[in-house]
Amino acid sequence: MKTSELKRVDIIFDCVQCAPIEVVKKALAMHPDEIIEQIISSGLRGRGGAGFPTGLKWKLAKEEVSDQKYVICNADEGEPGTFKDREILDIVPNKVLAGMAICAYVIGAKEGFIYLRNEYNFLLKKLIPTMANFNKNMQEIGLDFTIKLFSGSGAYICGEESALFESMEGKRGEPRNKPPYPTRNGYKGKPTVINNVETLVYCNMIMRIGVEPFKQLGTKDSRGSKVFSVSGDTTKAGIYELELGIGVDEFVNEFGNGDTKAVQIGGASGFCVPRKDFANKIIGFEGIPTGGSMMIFNSSRSMYNVLKDYLEFFVEESCGQCTPCRVGTQQLLKGIEAIKHGEMPSSYLNQLMKLSETMKVASKCGLGQSVPNAFSSIVKNFKEEMIY
Amino acid sequence: MSTINLIIDNKTVSVEKGKTILDAAKKINVRIPTLCHHEDLCVAGNCRICVVQVEGSRTLTASCSTPAEEGMIIRTNTPKVRNARKDIVALLVSEHNTQCTTCYRSMNCELQSLSAEYNIDNNRYLSILKPNISIDRSSWSIEKDDSKCVRCQRCVRTCAELQHVNALTVSGKGKDMKISTFMELPLNEAICTNCGQCVIHCPTGALTERRYFDRVWEAIGNEKKHVIMNTAPSVRVALGEMLGYPVGTRVTGKMVTAMKRMGVDSVLDTDFTADLTIIEEGNELLQRLKKVLVDHNSSVKLPMMTSCCPGWVKFAEHIFPEHLGHLSSCKSPQQMFGALSKTYYAEKKGIKPEDIVSVSIMPCAAKKFEANRPEMNSSGFRDIDAGLTTRELGLMIKQSGLNFAELEDSSYDSLMGESTGAGVIFGATGGVMEAALRTAYEVVTGKEVPFKNLNILPVRGMEGIKEASIKIEGCLPEWSFLEGVELRVAVAHGLINARTIMDEVAEGKSPYHFIEIMACPGGCIGGGGQPIPTNEEIRKKRTQAIYEEDMGMPKRKSHENPEIKKIYKEFLKEPLGEISHHLLHTTYKKRNHF
Repeated sequence: MKTSELKRVDIIFDCVQCAPIEVVKKALAMHPDEIIEQIISSGLRGRGGAGFPTGLKWKLAKEEVSDQKYVICNADEGEPGTFKDREILDIVPNKVLAGMAICAYVIGAKEGFIYLRNEYNFLLKKLIPTMANFNKNMQEIGLDFTIKLFSGSGAYICGEESALFESMEGKRGEPRNKPPYPTRNGYKGKPTVINNVETLVYCNMIMRIGVEPFKQLGTKDSRGSKVFSVSGDTTKAGIYELELGIGVDEFVNEFGNGDTKAVQIGGASGFCVPRKDFANKIIGFEGIPTGGSMMIFNSSRSMYNVLKDYLEFFVEESCGQCTPCRVGTQQLLKGIEAIKHGEMPSSYLNQLMKLSETMKVASKCGLGQSVPNAFSSIVKNFKEEMIY
Repeated sequence: MSTINLIIDNKTVSVEKGKTILDAAKKINVRIPTLCHHEDLCVAGNCRICVVQVEGSRTLTASCSTPAEEGMIIRTNTPKVRNARKDIVALLVSEHNTQCTTCYRSMNCELQSLSAEYNIDNNRYLSILKPNISIDRSSWSIEKDDSKCVRCQRCVRTCAELQHVNALTVSGKGKDMKISTFMELPLNEAICTNCGQCVIHCPTGALTERRYFDRVWEAIGNEKKHVIMNTAPSVRVALGEMLGYPVGTRVTGKMVTAMKRMGVDSVLDTDFTADLTIIEEGNELLQRLKKVLVDHNSSVKLPMMTSCCPGWVKFAEHIFPEHLGHLSSCKSPQQMFGALSKTYYAEKKGIKPEDIVSVSIMPCAAKKFEANRPEMNSSGFRDIDAGLTTRELGLMIKQSGLNFAELEDSSYDSLMGESTGAGVIFGATGGVMEAALRTAYEVVTGKEVPFKNLNILPVRGMEGIKEASIKIEGCLPEWSFLEGVELRVAVAHGLINARTIMDEVAEGKSPYHFIEIMACPGGCIGGGGQPIPTNEEIRKKRTQAIYEEDMGMPKRKSHENPEIKKIYKEFLKEPLGEISHHLLHTTYKKRNHF
């Protein structure tokens, strides 16, 4: 076991006082294609969890011909165990806004929105004047781009990009069929770039510090750093910016309290890594991807209860439109309860594992497709806790 | 249109750009199972039964919602695909009320068929059917049983896209997601037109019509009662589908025989009162035209709009309550029939009206509501005692034990059983307009309408809104004020088209004199009480049968119906006269919009 402290990175929250407006000015002096080129070569991938290459997303939206395009900042941070976007919007909101402005310049959007999670409305007191000021600054430097705010209504599913558009259009928050993807057919059917809060800040910072310092961090498929929300059985709960590609063991050494049984990486829709795998799993797109949620469980925790909690969450938060997700989540929950209470034989777990496979391949959106991540990784590694 | 080539199950297929994988598979005779998909409606992609494997894709792909792309390699029958489909059907079954033996839609249920096809055993998953789901029987027309709902949202899309009514909507999420109404109101309080399109688009027994046929059997079995049945024009071209005939078969003669053998005392034809409607409504139109063109009476509204369709009438009452003056004051043929059955018919036959049970067989769910409107009792009795759907009649014929295919043809009884081709075409969109023009033009000019074989083709067909105009020339002296007038008419079917037309009327910009509106796509032949399933092809075949029936009738103009001449001579005296006004005309009610 290593004893050295884990290396901290300081990009996101660095230089709070620096005016992000200067970065936008710098970007405006460049050709949009040059900016796309830089973002692509930085290797930046979406920080919301899915990890789509950001530069490519911008490129696709830029290539679309349309009278109207949109930039949307996805601040519907709803994954259990993440709270980093809240912090970013609270401390460095201008960096987020600048990221949106750069994107707007690149793709040719005149309007942008921050889709703010309903529970984060307390941020508005500071955020609204900041936005007003920023919008004024944009007019002054000659960028025709205005950022508005849209407050969500509290549904987890509205963090899914196409459900988010539906919600903004005043409809029921249900994911759309894909294709077409948002870069072609997003908000109001127009080409739209939707990026996570953190992603937008990294775009901004890559423009400021250059590609190389960013690229030097991380691994081949997971360039740069990432903001983690650490919670659970730890004395150091909080927000940390760390290099991507670190081993789970390094992470546990730093944050665990010596009795860590498992780490749930990526929230309720992420994966559970048990102690025996700490040494051979890394945090990043080659290993365990995460939107930032890191939940640490020590040996006093019942993994049955952990899983039951997650499933109860999904049973509530599935939008309910597609069969595998609406019914599948209910069956998984009811199934593990029935096994625990001895109403179903333990072999029924095999049937539930098959069901989770169906959900993974047949659900309409990422929600239903990723419920099986937590389910199968917990059931596989803590089978005896499910039964006895 | 560019063409796309793809490979499905090792077979190359070419389709137009924009077609889905499902369309492409159909082209090479691969049937992919579907549930939320319906040809009349927009793509949903939410049941997931139609998943297929697209090479290179991590997940399976919903074939109904995914456009075919050049070079796609697709497999529709791998173990992975089959397992997923079987699981999905099993999941739907696990949240379903599986008491199929007591379900009205048993043997005609898409979930039941899929469950059989995929051999779903009951033990795969635990039942998660919610206990104590109550059935909403508040509406006269439609019954809603959430325990049988598969949440495909076909009804919601029907109500929104075809009808623009939005009575049904999705509420709740996750395990609580369900189909509901605004503010969870019971159906009789919701803004619902009772058109029943949701019923014929529902794959299961979650939405059905309120059934009244048991009451009718009671009445038939009661010797003191004289049971009259009248059958709407579009029933005769659709009933056969319930009894083993191909779509579009005309079974008029057998239907009449079956009803007589079931013990109905008198089998009569709604077409008779359809002809009567033409006389009354045609005269009302001419009167309105005179008041506007000659008297310049601004309180008289043009365009005049038809009022035969109770779904449309209730829609107008809810959505355009300030413009009800445009609706013709004529009752619908069903209600005219009912009122006359308890007066004219009773008098002529010497039967006490209280002993008459007047039953109508309709392609419609809204007719049930109409029959129960409080004002529909001008004879002193309920005009109509029970309104049944085509489906209910089909079931009654099955229950009667008759071998329908072997029945001989017979004709309608008299009185009020005689009709013309003009009455028959009421069953298809544009039919009322065509029938009205055949009569009105002749009344005014003394000549037949200037269309070959009386077939006014511009008002026929499946176009949502159709327009036509006829220049009136050579008027008889009393109609000289119409000389040279270009009579402009429009026909709309499907309430979404009705709304477009009505928006124009409400703005005072409508260029028409007379407008026909039917709530259901295709008119009554596509009505909410017709056999299930429905789609455009089926509607077209039924329509064709309607026009064949018209062509086969000896008389094809309403005013030539001898029984119509007789009823005016012996009972009604004159169109729009005092008795007509009392028995055949009605008023409308302003209803709230939300």
